[in-house]
Amino acid sequence: MRITVNGEAREVEADVRTTLLDLLREHLGLTGAKKGCDHGQCGACTVLVDGRRINACLSLAVMHDGDDVVTIEGLGTPDHLSPLQAAFLHHDGFQCGYCTPGQICSATAMLDEVAKGWASHVSDDLDHVVLDDMEIRERMSGNICRCSAYPTIVAAIREVAEADGAMAEAAE
Amino acid sequence: MKLFDYACAGTVDEALAAGVGGGRYIAGGTNLIDLMKLQVETPAKLVDISRLALDGVEETGDGGVRVGALVPNSDLAAHPLIRAHYPMLSRALLAGASAQLRNKASTGGNLLQRTRCYYFYETAAACNKREPGSGCAAIGGFNRIHAVLGASESCIATHPSDMAVALRALDAVVVTALPDGGERRIALGDLYRLPGDTPEIETNLRPGELIVAIELPAPPPGRQLYRKVRDRASYAFALVSVAAAVAVEDGVVTSARLAFGGLAPMPWRSAEAEAALVGKPAGTDAFETAADALLKDARGHGHNDFKIVLARRTLIACLRDLTA
Repeated sequence: MRITVNGEAREVEADVRTTLLDLLREHLGLTGAKKGCDHGQCGACTVLVDGRRINACLSLAVMHDGDDVVTIEGLGTPDHLSPLQAAFLHHDGFQCGYCTPGQICSATAMLDEVAKGWASHVSDDLDHVVLDDMEIRERMSGNICRCSAYPTIVAAIREVAEADGAMAEAAE
Repeated sequence: MKLFDYACAGTVDEALAAGVGGGRYIAGGTNLIDLMKLQVETPAKLVDISRLALDGVEETGDGGVRVGALVPNSDLAAHPLIRAHYPMLSRALLAGASAQLRNKASTGGNLLQRTRCYYFYETAAACNKREPGSGCAAIGGFNRIHAVLGASESCIATHPSDMAVALRALDAVVVTALPDGGERRIALGDLYRLPGDTPEIETNLRPGELIVAIELPAPPPGRQLYRKVRDRASYAFALVSVAAAVAVEDGVVTSARLAFGGLAPMPWRSAEAEAALVGKPAGTDAFETAADALLKDARGHGHNDFKIVLARRTLIACLRDLTA
């Protein structure tokens, strides 16, 4: 199968049972996306496929023939951090760090969803989305942090959202 | 995971040809792949339908909307037609799963997801749904999340979908393609079967039959709401959920649609509860009578007895909010 990962076209052969997560980690050497629960419950495996966040553990690699995948390695590098990567460092948005790649990939796509005007379960108005801390928490509920670094994760995401002008004034 | 053959269908006809030969359809895969990892499901062949052109949302001309079976849950929740005319459906979708799962889960697949009964997932446990004739470990076991309506001596599992509850209240119709070239239109309530003594048969779909779309008739009159009560505020299945559309004129209920999640093996509709409201003054008397009608045959299994009280209170609270 052919798959574009972090901008690079790759050709891979793998057992049909291989998940997208195992393809990235075991076949392509990209160990940023993590295997936590392997059942779509923890979000550590979150990657972007054609710009959308998904659980890579609950998707068969073979079903992504021709797709464009971005992992944490493709969002930034140690010398050129993405805004969210820099904000997670600045706010100490982690303890052990295991969930962090998934958190950052997830938050990256989440800000795009907000920019598209997608409401969430806690939005009062389906047609007018205003991001605040409650919204960030609800939208990030698919990413578990067992160290409970949630306050600083929210702070990191808030900082980037504020820079994007996406936050509600009341929440600033 | 057991080994399987894989085929990616380029057209609906290709999918049907593979499906009637025993292939199992896969779209988002967020539930099926999980079950395959646990070997609760062991399909010999997967037919990948995710590339089919079934991802449109369009008006039907008679005031309704047709939703392609492959529209992802997140896109459906955000679609302007759904937000504007079927807000309970947007709300139900947004109350379900996580953003990552909603991005992958399809409309058709959401309808066909399997129960989250712990014993169904645990292959060492007795489960008539997974292994017919083996018994039901939930009866007499831990059954806090289980059904109080529509269950049987064989199975007390609930249907887990939020989306399907809203669709039931909205009188949605499931459009399918048949391997012999025909098409069927199935009212959502007729898609599902109650467990009886065959809980392993969950729907009335025929071998190889493929869901291609969901059709929503024109929205019901009145205000709409979806309320979900669960153990934590996000990313959890419903203990009780209510999808309701109620219209009131001069203080009298003129139309009521009530569907429930978390209570039964299928998204539950209560014609009796609706009848108890229509023509009555919108107020506590009618709301309590409706709750009585909904729950007159409800039966708890110990840990889930609280659901009967919770369903009653949730319904009454929803009716108060909708008619305020």
